[in-house]
Amino acid sequence: MARIIAGVTTSHVPAIGAAIDRGRTGDAYWQPLFKGYEPSKKWMAETKPDVVILVYNDHASAFSLEIIPTFALGCAEEFPPADEGWGPRPVPMVKGHPDLAWHIAQSVILDEFDLTIVNKMPVDHGLTVPLSLLCGQPAQWPCPVIPLCVNVIQYPPPTGHRCYSFGKAIRKAVESFPQDLRVVIFGTGGMSHQLQGPRAGLINSAFDNRFLDLMAKDPEALTKIEHIEYVREAGSEGIELVMWLIMRGAIDRDAKEVYRFYHVPASNTAVGHMILENRR
Amino acid sequence: MATSDPFDDIPGTTLFDAKKSREGYHLNMFCMSLMSAENRAAFKADEEAYLDRFPMTPAQRKTVRERDWNGMLQLGGNIYYTSKLAACDGLTFQNIAAIMTGSTQEQYAEMMLKGGRPIAGNRSRSEWKRG
Repeated sequence: MARIIAGVTTSHVPAIGAAIDRGRTGDAYWQPLFKGYEPSKKWMAETKPDVVILVYNDHASAFSLEIIPTFALGCAEEFPPADEGWGPRPVPMVKGHPDLAWHIAQSVILDEFDLTIVNKMPVDHGLTVPLSLLCGQPAQWPCPVIPLCVNVIQYPPPTGHRCYSFGKAIRKAVESFPQDLRVVIFGTGGMSHQLQGPRAGLINSAFDNRFLDLMAKDPEALTKIEHIEYVREAGSEGIELVMWLIMRGAIDRDAKEVYRFYHVPASNTAVGHMILENRR
Repeated sequence: MATSDPFDDIPGTTLFDAKKSREGYHLNMFCMSLMSAENRAAFKADEEAYLDRFPMTPAQRKTVRERDWNGMLQLGGNIYYTSKLAACDGLTFQNIAAIMTGSTQEQYAEMMLKGGRPIAGNRSRSEWKRG
């Protein structure tokens, strides 16, 4: 039987990818951030998951306003890094896990989560930056990755409560997959940030730290946060945090916090990161 | 839209809701087209001729012509799309954020290094003198 062994949250700021790709991780500006991910890289190398399910959002790369799926699951053999307007990031092709992805799609749809099945999807910084932060710069990513893309750009995104429930359905799907696989699920995006308009640059460290505390100890409390509270308190792009709740719903209620890191700023954004392990 | 009214109280923020998405469709799809190097070259060679391909309103075209980043958002542009026009101009997210907030690049970068724009005083329009 496959099982989810741990969950990882991390921000996915594009400037972090650019810093890695241009060899700037040792710069005074970036060094504290990358230092904060050193224990995470070690954890990832030791944990050696068989598959990663990576929850992220596309930033007008694979999808435009032509098609806006709320939840889109990548079921393909592979997913190329997207050209976001300045050439694709120099990172490996993302290899999928079609057997597990299709199994999850069928299971959650019958569980009444009507996601979109995607067989062709370039993946942008939303997916590749978290992989770079946890895996470094390998010639190949260490395991297959199933992309789960969530709309958080066109209002309204799914609610936090819906995301949390969806996470539970994903867990049920994984646990009904016959092959023995150790799966890690990532919930990415956030934390507080606003990229647009006269309020751009908003950071709310108090909100972020409370959110991190509740991620560890009381995720149900987070499912009650309404969209307007995210936008007001965490900025218009801080609403990406609903994606963390998919991860949180997919792991144990009493999962153990094994690592936490918080840093301001990465460009316009507060960076938050946590690793939670199931106890069983 | 009734669903987004309470959001109007949040200062300096444009919610990309159904109304804005419909209003800004062609503006955003113009920005999306700049993902292709060929289109970027065509746009740079003759901006007006290139913009003719997209049925934007004259007001939207004016915001593009003038690189009025806040104006684009007010007319239905979304930041993840308008940032593609910025990238075409060689500007980063942080560059246009500084412009949208009326700061110099140095002031904006300094604000971020000091922990960003504080939430206190930035929750409600009532806290903003300029609304």
